[in-house]
Amino acid sequence: MPKSTLIMVGVCLSFPLLVLLLSAMTGLDSHAINLDAVLAGMSNGHLLGADALGRDVLARLSEGLQLSIMVGLTVVLLGSMVGITIGVLAGWMGGWVDALLMRIADIVLSFPGILLAIALAAMLGPGVDNLVMALVVVGWVGFARLSRVQVLSLKSVPFVEAAIANGSGVGYIAIRHLLPNIAAPLLVEASFGLAAVVIGEAGLSFLGVGVQPPDASLGTMIREGTRLMLVSPGLVIWPGLILFSLVMAVNLLGDAMRDKLDVRMETK
Amino acid sequence: MLGVATLVFFLLHMVPGDPVDALLGESAMPADREAMRKALNLDQPVLYQYGHYLSGLATGDWGKSLVDHRPVLERITERVPATAELALVSLLLAVLLALPLGYWAARHAGKSQDVAAMGFSLIGVSIPNFWLGPVLMLLFSVGLGWLPVSGMDQPGSIVLPAVTLGTALAAVLSRMARSSWLEAMSTDATRTVRAFGVSEQLIWWRHAARLAAVPVVTMFALQLGTVLGGAVITETVFDWPGLGLLTIEAIQRRDYPLVQGCILMIASFYVLANLLADLLGLWLDPRQRHA
Repeated sequence: MPKSTLIMVGVCLSFPLLVLLLSAMTGLDSHAINLDAVLAGMSNGHLLGADALGRDVLARLSEGLQLSIMVGLTVVLLGSMVGITIGVLAGWMGGWVDALLMRIADIVLSFPGILLAIALAAMLGPGVDNLVMALVVVGWVGFARLSRVQVLSLKSVPFVEAAIANGSGVGYIAIRHLLPNIAAPLLVEASFGLAAVVIGEAGLSFLGVGVQPPDASLGTMIREGTRLMLVSPGLVIWPGLILFSLVMAVNLLGDAMRDKLDVRMETK
Repeated sequence: MLGVATLVFFLLHMVPGDPVDALLGESAMPADREAMRKALNLDQPVLYQYGHYLSGLATGDWGKSLVDHRPVLERITERVPATAELALVSLLLAVLLALPLGYWAARHAGKSQDVAAMGFSLIGVSIPNFWLGPVLMLLFSVGLGWLPVSGMDQPGSIVLPAVTLGTALAAVLSRMARSSWLEAMSTDATRTVRAFGVSEQLIWWRHAARLAAVPVVTMFALQLGTVLGGAVITETVFDWPGLGLLTIEAIQRRDYPLVQGCILMIASFYVLANLLADLLGLWLDPRQRHA
C-alpha cells in the first residue's frame, strides 16, 4: 500500500478513534439527560457540547460510531455469506438454478438500493435488527454476481477439473479450491460494501426508519442537529464529520486494495 | 417490470404479523381495522389480491391514498415534474464538472493534478448527501445568505439541492471518465492515429473521446436511477416537493398504497434508465451489437 494512502487512512481514522478514546476517558452516559446543559457549547464538562436534552455529544457520537461499525460489519458479513453462497451455487450449478437465482438478483437490482432499503426498513418497522435485515436484502446481490462470474471462469481450470475427477464433493471444491481463488475481488467488494452500508445505516436513521431515539446513530444525530443548526451548528457538523472520516478511510483502503490486487470489478 | 411490481406487492405482506396492526396500531377500533382491511383488499386471498393489484396497474388504477383519498397515480404524477427538474439539473451539473475533471486527471495521470482530481472524487463518493445538504445550507443560506434554505419557490432554490445530489454523481463520473480516457489512449486505434501524425489534442478529443464515451455514457445512464434514489434523501433535506419527499411523507403517515405507488414509479424509472444505458451502449459501440 502506498505510504501516502496509509497516511491518509491514518488521518481519517484518527477522528473516529479520538472520539472513542475521549468518550471512554470521560465516561459520560450517552443517554443521561441534563437540563442544565441544554445546547451547551464546548467545555471541560462536555468536550463537544451537549444536545437539546443536555446529553453529552461526545458520548452520543461514540455510541453512534460503534453502532455504525457494528451494523456495517454485521451486514457485510451476513450479506457476503448469503451472496457468496448464492453466487457459487449459481455459477457452479448453471442451468435453471443459475437462471432463477440471477433473476431474483436482477429484481433486487431493479430498485435503487437505498430506496429498497428504505421501503423494507419502513415495512419491517424501526429497530437495529430490521435495519440490518433491510440492508442485507439489498447488499447480498453484489457478492452473488461477483462470485458467480469468478466461479464461471474457474470451473474449467485444470485444478478444479482435477478435483472433480478426484471425486471431490461440491462443498469441498467450493471451500478448498473456489473460495481461496475468488477471495481477492470479494474482499474489495466487501470494503466498498462496508462504506455503503455505513452510509446506508446513517441514511435510514436520518429518515427515521432506522435507529430510534433515545439510541444514538450518526444519522439520527444529523437529523436532530439539522433542526437546531442555527443555534448549535456543532450538532450537525460533528456526527457528519465522523461519518465522513470513517467512510473516507474505508474507501481509501478499498481503493488501495483494488490497486494492489489488480481487481477489475466486473459483475456481468 | 413484472418482477418489480411483484416485489412491491409483497412488501406489504412482509410486514411481520397483521399489516393492519402495523398501519393503524394494535389499539385501533375494530371498525377502523375492518375498513382498512377492505381498503387494502386484505380480506381476500393473496392470489386474488395480487391479480387485482396487477390488473389495477395495467388499467391505471393504482389505488387511493389512505390519507386524502385521492388517486395514488394523480398524487404521484403531480410530484414527478419537481423530481425530474432536480434530477436533470443535478445530472447536468455533474456532467459539466466530471468530464473536464476526468480529462484533466487523465491528461496529467500520475501527477499532482491527477491526485487532486481523484482526491475530490474520493471525497465526493464518501460524503453523505444528508450531511452535505445541511452543511451547504449553513454556509450559503445561513452564513452568506446567498441562497434560500429550502423549498422550490424562490429563485436559486434549486442550486443547493442540485449540488447536494450531483456531487456523488460527479465523483463517480469523473473517475470513470479518467480511467476510460486513459484506457482509450492506450489502444491500438489511438496508437495508429498517432503514427499518422495527428495532433495530440485531436487524438484526445476526437479519437480517444469516442472510445472513452461508451463506458462513461453507460455509467451516466446507470446513475440516472441512483440519482432517483438519492433524490429521496435530498428532497427530504431541502423540503423539495418531489416524488422522494412524497415517498417519505407516505411512509411516515403509513399511507401504504401511496408508498407502494411511489416505490413502483421510482423503480420503473430506474429500470427504464438501465434499459437506456444498454441501448446507448449499443448505439455508441457497434462492436457490442455483434457480441
